[in-house]
Amino acid sequence: MIRIFKPTIFVLCLVPFIIIAYQILFNKLGAEPVKQVTHHTGEWTLRFILLSLAMTPLKNITKILAWIKYRRMLGLFAFFYGTLHLLTYIGLDYQFNLDPIIDDVLNKKFIFIGFAAWILMLPLVVTSNQKMVLILKQNWKKIHRLSYLIGIFAVLHFIWLSKTIFFEPLIYLIILITLLTLRLDFIKFLLKKKSVT
Amino acid sequence: MKLNKFKSSEITPENFYINRRQFLKEMGIITGTAFASQNIITSALSYTPETERKITPYKFATTYNNYYEFGTSKSDPHKNSKDFITKPWDIKIDGEVENEITLSVEEIKNMIPSEERIYRFRCVEGWSMVVPWLGFPLNKLLNKVKPTSKAKFVKFTSVYDPDQMKGQRFPVLNWPYKEGLRIDEAMHPLTIMVTGLYGKELPNQNGAPLRLIVPWKYGFKSAKAIVNIKFVEKMPISSWMNASPKEYGFYSNVNPNVSHPRWSQATERVIGENIYSPRIKTVMFNGYGDEVAGLYDGMDLRKNF
Repeated sequence: MIRIFKPTIFVLCLVPFIIIAYQILFNKLGAEPVKQVTHHTGEWTLRFILLSLAMTPLKNITKILAWIKYRRMLGLFAFFYGTLHLLTYIGLDYQFNLDPIIDDVLNKKFIFIGFAAWILMLPLVVTSNQKMVLILKQNWKKIHRLSYLIGIFAVLHFIWLSKTIFFEPLIYLIILITLLTLRLDFIKFLLKKKSVT
Repeated sequence: MKLNKFKSSEITPENFYINRRQFLKEMGIITGTAFASQNIITSALSYTPETERKITPYKFATTYNNYYEFGTSKSDPHKNSKDFITKPWDIKIDGEVENEITLSVEEIKNMIPSEERIYRFRCVEGWSMVVPWLGFPLNKLLNKVKPTSKAKFVKFTSVYDPDQMKGQRFPVLNWPYKEGLRIDEAMHPLTIMVTGLYGKELPNQNGAPLRLIVPWKYGFKSAKAIVNIKFVEKMPISSWMNASPKEYGFYSNVNPNVSHPRWSQATERVIGENIYSPRIKTVMFNGYGDEVAGLYDGMDLRKNF
């Protein structure tokens, strides 16, 4: 099963990239092309972060171990889209003009926290392969708990850049809170108890 | 000053629009269908016309809008305002005046002819357009009433109609939309009431039937679908000031030196340009400094942002 599923999901994860590449090549980005690319890549980064955070709770709830096999791939796609998002901002929006970028990172809290989220992904990417899991042992788990922080930063990034109370950031916030709550020992205990009775 | 300061080659392909302008220039008369109902002056202009920047394609000016009454996405106003009813429409001018009046939009249009004004439009979000509006100086309308000595500011209130405006069913802003100007800003010849754009009647998504345009201020100051103009003594609290006083000041003059918590105000992105086009530098008072800087003599514009 996993042999068929995994490549299929890999291709599905590439669909947002294919869509934006098509829109760029065929000039279908509308009034503000750079903003469109920024939003698209940013939105998918957040979605992949939340998807990767959903795998462990899904495993616990469904008692199906296979969910965990997709966690790394989803996390790496989050990094892939996050990097595209960052490159769009640096390269397309500011044309590698570093002064306004540094100014933004230091003075605009939503950019600071977005940038921080991307930085925090780096250790996770570097330690994502099987070899590193074996080398780091218990520490691997600790390092990868950074993903919770990345999730929080990414949602804050979205909330802080919104002009007023918008629905979309709130939906992501609710999903994030749900996913993190399901990790609490207390909740896990309740879930277990329910499945026993 | 002549109306036609553009070479047609400098303007983005808006064939209808260019043809109309050439036609008007050659014939020196007004005719046609789309604007037959409007009372338009084409002779002289009382402002510096746009000579450096291209006019934004009509398609973008009418499909990329911030008009939260119809939804918070840029494409919502165009989609959700199609059935919005703008006839009949009355505008009441009251408050600190000796003779408050209520006029229908038709009466106003018949009374005050519209002229074309090609203005830069700079949104606080860091993007800009160049739009050929049809309209008349607001002072021509305000002169219909006699303000009392107490009147210091002018408050604009937009329509409240959640049945027709689905964005108003949610507390995104404190509806109805409110804006304000100091009297001298409101009376300034650059401040116009808009009745149309690109030679056509004003589309619903752009604020029909009558909206304000204050070209040296960020776009949100230019209230849409106005139903009430009130002379007041105290500085009005606009909807955006109410939503976030640290981000949106009363004046909200375009100012590259005063940063917004989220958007760089030093530069702006030009709507309709391609993905590889760089941002352009934002100009103080959106380039209208010669005309309006005097209004703010002696004021600290960092404090009064």
